[in-house]
Amino acid sequence: MDQFVLNWLFIGASFALYIGIAIWARAGSTSEFYAAGRGVHPVVNGMATGADWMSAASFISMAGLIAFTGYDNSTFLMGWTGGYVLLALLLAPYLRKFGKFTVPEFIGDRFYSPTARMVAVICLIVASITYVIGQMTGVGVAFGRFLEVDNTTGLFIGAAVVFAYAVFGGMKGVTYTQVAQYVVLITAYTIPAIFISLQLTGNPVPGLGLFGEHVASGEPLLAKLDATVTELGFAEYTAHHSDTLNMVLFTLSLMIGTAGLPHVIMRFFTVPTVAGARWSAGWALVFIALLYLTAPAVGAMARLNITDMFWPNGTSGEAVAVETIETDPDYAWMLTWQKTGLLGWEDKNNDGKIQYYNDGSAAMEERAAAAGWTGNELTNFNRDILVLANPEIANLPGWVIGLVAAGGLAAALSTAAGLLLAISSAVSHDLLKGQLTPNMSESNELLSARIAMAVAIGVATWLGLNPPGFAAQTVALAFGLAAASIFPALMMGIFSKRVNNTGAVAGMLVGLGVTLVYIFLHKGWFFIPGTNTFTDADPLLLSIKSTSFGAIGAMLNFATAIAVSRVTAAPPKEIQDLVESVRIPRGAGAAAADH
Amino acid sequence: MSDKPEENGYWAANIRIVTWCLVIWAIVSFGFGILLRPLLSGISVGGADLGFWFAQQGSILVFLALIFFYAWRMNRLDREFGVDEK
Repeated sequence: MDQFVLNWLFIGASFALYIGIAIWARAGSTSEFYAAGRGVHPVVNGMATGADWMSAASFISMAGLIAFTGYDNSTFLMGWTGGYVLLALLLAPYLRKFGKFTVPEFIGDRFYSPTARMVAVICLIVASITYVIGQMTGVGVAFGRFLEVDNTTGLFIGAAVVFAYAVFGGMKGVTYTQVAQYVVLITAYTIPAIFISLQLTGNPVPGLGLFGEHVASGEPLLAKLDATVTELGFAEYTAHHSDTLNMVLFTLSLMIGTAGLPHVIMRFFTVPTVAGARWSAGWALVFIALLYLTAPAVGAMARLNITDMFWPNGTSGEAVAVETIETDPDYAWMLTWQKTGLLGWEDKNNDGKIQYYNDGSAAMEERAAAAGWTGNELTNFNRDILVLANPEIANLPGWVIGLVAAGGLAAALSTAAGLLLAISSAVSHDLLKGQLTPNMSESNELLSARIAMAVAIGVATWLGLNPPGFAAQTVALAFGLAAASIFPALMMGIFSKRVNNTGAVAGMLVGLGVTLVYIFLHKGWFFIPGTNTFTDADPLLLSIKSTSFGAIGAMLNFATAIAVSRVTAAPPKEIQDLVESVRIPRGAGAAAADH
Repeated sequence: MSDKPEENGYWAANIRIVTWCLVIWAIVSFGFGILLRPLLSGISVGGADLGFWFAQQGSILVFLALIFFYAWRMNRLDREFGVDEK
């Protein structure tokens, strides 16, 4: 069967499943729309959190970034899992005990201030929209490939699908759909990884295969990879090259951001008990770890396979011929990806071969001069295509390729839907119902939630036309923003009785404002290319890139909030009592919906 | 027993557990995975070193263990102090 048809069979079947579930579990009331009636088991909730969490950034983008950089991008792995420790220990049980629906609701009540609630809504919207831009980048890549159109057209089609999908859901529909999406995406991620690990190392567990033996050469896989890439002038895969300060701050930003992202926090409002909320965070990480333990193996093994494709006779032999790429079915993936504009090659020295090497490396100059090479001829390899192209590169059966297509879309759609739900609830529940029009009817609240989703998708798609980086890098910016604004306010709200309304508002504004300005100075104002003053290669402050600044923003937030609270009045008695009641699980059942 | 968590030691015990868990959290990721990696470079793990293993596998496994330990320990602490949900 034609691969194009096979891809669409898999994508079509998975979509039919999600839509079927969404219709079966259609949200009837606002309570169900936001929090699924608090009837979700911790394991089920953990699985849905996993789907919510693992987005286009984790599924489509991350392994590609690791593959082409190696050890230095381990930051993504540690950052996006380590955040769950913060979430489980510092936030989840307390927010569940508090027992409301949204993050701004907690901040507004704890800091007894409608202004604090409004500022939290703004922080939430800024972080979530940035996150959706990253998803849109991933969706654009996936649709571009599977419809065989260019990236921008893929982006528009993807936006339409996300819109249709998210608007009809709500948390209850989304929870059960996301369980299905988790199953699809984890199967799609691990099956090709198992195949490839077996091919290269004989070990069916990719995480073990990564540290196992490369069967063809008899050497350890990572040693073989290090030798291969350095022969082509690239940096050693397992070595530490990037700036250590930046690496630490970047990892910390991702961790704190994880614990500050509203769509993940919202999940812990839906567990029946406080004890359940603690277990739920653990289960979420179990399901997430299945992908994160596999991703580094996917990256390393793909890098080895790609290098072998371009150097079929070994790195010291002859490079692959242009004719082979154009006619050999093993290289057909290159022609299909070329159509998206995300993969490109050029026979610069007209020798009929494509030499893939690092032309910036001084060590390669001599060999290049002797062999008549005039530059790296693999001119474009977008990192975001690696995971989707991986099964084709490894020559796996057609059904695996179709499965990966469905998995990539499941990852992007589930996260986009979760984020849009967080944005829409912030607008309709916190902004409109909470502040501007308190007497709004339930049906109007649902209507305004859906309008907010539509506007958010529109903005994200428009900004997604000029994404500030690969999917995972854009998403990393969103984490920085969440880290600098939401997490400190939540944590201080629970662990300090002294931080007051003025302090919290000042902290959030400083954290969000400074971080946003730092990002715009490096990535361009509203991500419009050419409007930046600095670049991440030569950042404003020490070696701190804009993607790593969230950790600094969070520290500024903490410092400002504590300093301002010191010089202003302590919170009133009833707020101090509220903090005390949040700290103990007893009585959690009573904290029911106030709708 | 007092209802106020800070008076009966419940909150202090919680803070102690959280602090120790976060110390381990930082050691395996920022420590073994990044800053202390040069110290672990002598210990080889399948073609790379122990620091590389912690950065790409080990830290994640420790995170998992930490969360489950915390959940189990805290749910027990709740019962000891009689503040669990009934």
